[in-house]
Amino acid sequence: MAAYLLQRLLLMIPTFIGITLLCFLIVHLAPGDPAELMAGGGLSARGGAGISLQKRGAVDQALAEWRALYGLDKPLHVQYLVWLKNLARLDFGNSFKDNRSVWEKVRERLPVTLKLEFFSILLVYIVAIPLGIYSATHRDTLGDYATTLVAFVLFAVPVIWAATMALVFICGGDFLYLFPPGGLTSIDYARDWPLWERIKDQTWHLFLPVVLLSYAGFAGLSRYMRSSMLEVLRQDFIQVARAKGLAERVVVFKHAVRNSLIPQVTILAELLPGLIGGSVIIETVFSIPGMGQLGFDAVLARDYPVVLALLTVSALLTLIGILLSDILLAVVDPRIAFGRRIQ
Amino acid sequence: MAVVDKTPATVAAAPGALVVLGGATPEAAGQWGSVWRALQRNRLAMAGLYIVLLLFAVAAGADFLANNKPYYMVYQGRIYFPVFRSGLVRFGLGKWQPELLNMDFKTVKAERIVFPPIPHLATDIDLTAPFEAPSAAHWLGTDKLGRDVTAGLIHGSRISLSIGFVAVGIALVVGVALGALAGYFGSWIDLLISRLFEVMLTLPTLFLLITIAAMFPPSIFLTMTIIGLTSWVGMARFTRSEFLKIRGLDYVTAALALGVPTRKIMFRHILPNALAPVLVSVVLGVAGAILTESSLSFLGIGVPAETVTWGSILNEARSATFGWWLAVFPGAAIFVTVLSYYLVGEGLRDALDPRLKGTK
Repeated sequence: MAAYLLQRLLLMIPTFIGITLLCFLIVHLAPGDPAELMAGGGLSARGGAGISLQKRGAVDQALAEWRALYGLDKPLHVQYLVWLKNLARLDFGNSFKDNRSVWEKVRERLPVTLKLEFFSILLVYIVAIPLGIYSATHRDTLGDYATTLVAFVLFAVPVIWAATMALVFICGGDFLYLFPPGGLTSIDYARDWPLWERIKDQTWHLFLPVVLLSYAGFAGLSRYMRSSMLEVLRQDFIQVARAKGLAERVVVFKHAVRNSLIPQVTILAELLPGLIGGSVIIETVFSIPGMGQLGFDAVLARDYPVVLALLTVSALLTLIGILLSDILLAVVDPRIAFGRRIQ
Repeated sequence: MAVVDKTPATVAAAPGALVVLGGATPEAAGQWGSVWRALQRNRLAMAGLYIVLLLFAVAAGADFLANNKPYYMVYQGRIYFPVFRSGLVRFGLGKWQPELLNMDFKTVKAERIVFPPIPHLATDIDLTAPFEAPSAAHWLGTDKLGRDVTAGLIHGSRISLSIGFVAVGIALVVGVALGALAGYFGSWIDLLISRLFEVMLTLPTLFLLITIAAMFPPSIFLTMTIIGLTSWVGMARFTRSEFLKIRGLDYVTAALALGVPTRKIMFRHILPNALAPVLVSVVLGVAGAILTESSLSFLGIGVPAETVTWGSILNEARSATFGWWLAVFPGAAIFVTVLSYYLVGEGLRDALDPRLKGTK
């Protein structure tokens, strides 16, 4: 196990370097000079054309000083190496916008997004697994057709549409007010509310974002679970279990379900990058102060350190997710020999 | 789950039945013929195909369906065909008649004038009629600048459909090339390319796209390209596993023994047989690209501000939640398009591999 883990970790190093290099190049080679953007105000128009030559010199000097402050005056490969070195100490530099430590900003937002994603993944599995089992055990019945159809259609519903429809029709616009139009808590939310009230308020706020973030997931996973169940149910050992007179309930839940759950474990890792992308949309639509919103604002403001930090942290989270699901897979399925499951 | 990468998790392994044939022989054509017949028996898939074809017809004829110029006009005794003329002008085949150059067709006193069913262009701003609910004048309402939503949907279909094709075209070329290299040569090339797969799979694609699209000047062409360059992994993995499998078959060994050059083995002998499973991910990839583009324009990046796309109309509903028509119709357009492509993709998968039928 240790050898397998080590091998897995070693293979992740080039992947991680590839990710950071790619992100770094994209962010730094994009047109537009953050220094001029940050100098902002009246000076932003090409370094302030139209002002006197002395002032012009002062502007140029200020820009140069600003670039030096953030190390933007160095050659690109030096910038990358410095950034990578700092990354090892979880130092993502300071935000261009307010000069605060990027790591501090990320740490503020991370719990919100993690909470959103944790509940989304939970919901995906809670809904998808029973639906898949039901569909497979009731194969070719009306119930199976209905769930399959609903899952298929749901999978095609664009999240931007679902979110906007929710915002327009059930979030207190001209129609119903069933859910809040945004935020994590009500405006009058206070820490001295009774615990139950606080939980209720937070759940009320989280419900829509979590459902919107996960419906495509449970639609997809339920179909996956169904086919995985059907495959297991076709196998000989199920026949044997039935032949020796086991109750159908035992056959399904003890023998079939356990085996068909195994491939679902790997889906976890595949869900993660999509959830992170989805959280950008959901957090922007519902003004939830998470990583997605932070990232979107940072992109618009060309806040390079923040953008890079978010890309890196998301990729790192996904890598950890892949590693976890690999280990989990090996733990739940003793037939899988360590080391054979790479690729 | 995934917002961008909506390739269903159920994407199946390669169809074994197709693999045995070598090269583009008449038998291969027969195989595709039977795939087509199987597809035709699948009513849902055919419905999806017809909707996709209809959408293409709408996109191709957008200028004739929604245009602020009349088809036909009799003005001061002369006959004009302004819609057709504008088509000629666009392709540099003709010039405007000088008297039409600055004409406002809506108010001109013509003897006879026939407009298209929707007498607006997607970009026609009418500040006297912002946020109008659906009515006889504006079938699907107007947005905050008084632009007609129907016209926006019709002309927006061009962007959505072409994005799907260009992006997936790029992804196909990159994916098949890398997958073929990795699968055919194996060893360190495979290891290297597989790392690249892992990099692309691990990156939060949508966030990366947002970053690139927001930092470069908005352009539809750039959006298409970057969507293509970030969505090839699925196709590459399928191509790789197909190449791995086919490479070991006897006919490839025979070709090797005969001294057929590597390039020819890869492209003439293996590639045609490896394309079948890739085809399914191409169709699903088109749907994915359309979703991604609409998400980007929904967030207000990637396309120039004056361009009307399905996503950009939907975006307006966010700040004008009373305007239900701005939410319902463009979203439905994206949904129907994506669903149709999914139906075709699913049908194609079943048709390519009948063994899987009913299990997926």
